[in-house]
Amino acid sequence: MPEIEDYRGQNPAWCPGCGNLQILRVFKMAMAEMGLEPHELLLVSGIGQAGKFPHYTRCNTFNGLHGRTLPVSQAIRMANHDMRVIAVAGDGDCYGEGGNHFLAAMRRNLNVKLFVHDNQVYGLTKGQASPTTAEGTVTGTQPFGVLSEAMNPVALAVAMDCSLVARGFSGNQEELKELMKTVLEHKGFALLDIFQNCIVYNKVNTFQWYKERCYPVGPDHDPTDREAAFRLALEFGDRIPTGVIYRHDRPLMEDLMPVIAGAEPLVRQPFSQEDVAGELERFY
Amino acid sequence: MDYTIRIGGQAGQGLQTIGAVLGKLFARSGFHVFTHQDYMSRIRGGHNYYQLRLADHPISSSRSLVDILVALDKTTVAGHRGELAPGGIIIYDSGTIKEKYEGESFLDVPARKIAMDTAGNRLMENTVAVGAILGMLGLGLEALDKLLEETFLRKGREIVDQNVAAARAGSDYARENCGQCAFTVPASASGDGPAARRLLLDGTNAVGLGALMAGCRFYSAYPMTPSTGVLTFMAAQGKKHSLVVEQAEDEIAAINMALGASFAGVRAMTGTAGGGFALMVEGVSLAGMTETPVVIYVGQRPAPATGLPTRTEQGDLLYVLHAAHGEFPRVIMAPGTPEQAFYLTGKAFDLAEKYQVPAFIISDQYLADTEWTLDGLDPSRIEYHDYRLRAADLDKLDDYKRHAFTGTGVSPLAEPGASRHLVVTDSDEHDEDGHLIEDADTRNRMVEKRLLKKMPLIREEISPPLLYGEEGARTVICGWGSTYGVMREAVDVIGGAGSIAMLHFSEVYPFPGTSKFDYLRLLGRAKRTICIENNATSQFAQLMRAETGFEFSDRVNKFDGRPYLLDELLEKLQALEKSPA
Repeated sequence: MPEIEDYRGQNPAWCPGCGNLQILRVFKMAMAEMGLEPHELLLVSGIGQAGKFPHYTRCNTFNGLHGRTLPVSQAIRMANHDMRVIAVAGDGDCYGEGGNHFLAAMRRNLNVKLFVHDNQVYGLTKGQASPTTAEGTVTGTQPFGVLSEAMNPVALAVAMDCSLVARGFSGNQEELKELMKTVLEHKGFALLDIFQNCIVYNKVNTFQWYKERCYPVGPDHDPTDREAAFRLALEFGDRIPTGVIYRHDRPLMEDLMPVIAGAEPLVRQPFSQEDVAGELERFY
Repeated sequence: MDYTIRIGGQAGQGLQTIGAVLGKLFARSGFHVFTHQDYMSRIRGGHNYYQLRLADHPISSSRSLVDILVALDKTTVAGHRGELAPGGIIIYDSGTIKEKYEGESFLDVPARKIAMDTAGNRLMENTVAVGAILGMLGLGLEALDKLLEETFLRKGREIVDQNVAAARAGSDYARENCGQCAFTVPASASGDGPAARRLLLDGTNAVGLGALMAGCRFYSAYPMTPSTGVLTFMAAQGKKHSLVVEQAEDEIAAINMALGASFAGVRAMTGTAGGGFALMVEGVSLAGMTETPVVIYVGQRPAPATGLPTRTEQGDLLYVLHAAHGEFPRVIMAPGTPEQAFYLTGKAFDLAEKYQVPAFIISDQYLADTEWTLDGLDPSRIEYHDYRLRAADLDKLDDYKRHAFTGTGVSPLAEPGASRHLVVTDSDEHDEDGHLIEDADTRNRMVEKRLLKKMPLIREEISPPLLYGEEGARTVICGWGSTYGVMREAVDVIGGAGSIAMLHFSEVYPFPGTSKFDYLRLLGRAKRTICIENNATSQFAQLMRAETGFEFSDRVNKFDGRPYLLDELLEKLQALEKSPA
């Protein structure tokens, strides 16, 4: 059985007190509890503070470009559907730069798990507004306050019929750990939007701010009830629900692609030139 | 024997179908065939044509003058009657185009009426036209009957019989009514003996076949003319040949998907045109930094911006060469023929995998859509070697570093998940393990490994340009990519020992060295050196000067979105000949 220590990577370069540190700690615990070995996992990350995540643990890693975690992750699943693939992104990374990929990924429903470290601000580039920054927030690049309405990724995901939609908070570690496990065990594309505090650049949505508002959805909520899920998803004020908001078990794209459905992963399917040479014939 | 048939009409009238059937027939009968297409960016209407040249000797370009003009509408008659060769005939159906033309050069074939009379089906009118053309050329219908059976049997025997009857009626009509037809075509190109079977292949399918033979397993793309054909070809192969094909949400996703699949351990490719490539550029840089093999097909079309979407230009050579931030090695193949497109796509895969670099195949609408007859293709000439470390190799290793420093700069590329070894890569500068670093020493060593060590090795793999003609030629015409055919034929026509030769570059980057063939010496000895390009700024000539210091004495350019036709190039060369060298 793997130990938490097996997941120790480089020393994080995040600020002391950053919510990312808690997410990292919870991640390692969840992986160890699930009995997953580092080589059985592939983390794909983009750019941003969250993009550094894979370096601070141990597993197969593709740390690519800003916003592009999902295209890479999905193709990895198409090429090797035995691999557990987690896409680690930030709110600017996934919802801003990678918005189109986010929409397409929810439609495709490949078995990719998307962890979005959502601190409602750009941390790496020093404090500009992200798609989830509250309207009116003043930043260096939005001196008159953010004029756009904040994006609600959880509501968007429910609207897009994302196979599993969950929200957690870095400060509620036990709940977050269970959510990570639930998400990983789910068969389908899953969004786990994780609130985290940015101690340097987000003076509004602080640790305390989240702590006061986040409450678990509780056993009464039926995540397969889409209307109920949508109502919960829209709740974003004095109280913000966390937990599994929505679940729709729908066919995996891996099971719909004739080349790989019920077959060996593409990466292990044999190739010989003799098998394909016959294709020349139809051009005679 | 050398005849040109041009089929003109509106999009949706079936001119491609007529052209494709004729092309295949002639190729099967052993003739040399060359076809090209000129079409507008619309699905119905407008004016398009499909041009087909057949000869009893090798040909590699289109001519300007037409021997048989098949006019499916009045616009075709009006627009092309002036391009009729002496003895040329325009065939049309006065019943459908609602116009009657008088004169020796017109043959009114009531195709729709014949289709209704013989088959009771007006859809057969194009088959009547094919029959009529064969009748005009004095060719038999056996090969056509066979092709109609192959094509239509899945729709039922009745449809096959209707088509066969329609073709026969069209042929009979032409033979009886075309007294002025004076075409002389042997029954097959090889005279009395059995015809040599030939492949008829365009640049698009050649790239697709090359990729297939090279073990491509993943193709992701966003549709864009003229590259969509490769996506369609690959999609059709999917189930049969273990190929995953995904239409991405945009070109950014397309290249990132190809990189993801490649990282996971399969050979991957993406394709687009110049505008889509603009979106892919950051991904090219990512391939460079992460040393992830990928093959990128770029079909050029006239730009900037949307340009002339369905037409041709060689305007993106320097763009493809310089696209992406940062310094890293890349390979650029610029095939000039479908045959080269097949083999060079194979070579692009081999070099991409061997050196873990992005490799480009740069084509254009003209090459993508022109069909050539080929004697055959040999898949075994496409190198296939799995350079990646798989489970069996990895289990023997005590230690594995994705970006390990090595003598050649090429680090071991492992399949993630195949063993306990972790495979880590990063778009940030990284250490041997793939983890991000910022120190100067590691940065220096990584640039040396990734770029400076690999580049000379890749250059060694590049083949020299092809010389057609004699070494001591007074005039050397030079080009790259799709101008191959027309330049080659210009050399044939101008002829004369020692007067003219062609130098064609199909592997353009890394720029070929002179150790295998001293082409600079050849150029230096020529009295006149002419660089011929389908662009406005002679991009290859610029590259040549940058890489070798050699400056061509003359440059010929064409940037109207159309390819060079043989007669047009000959005129330009003759005009140059008269000017002082």
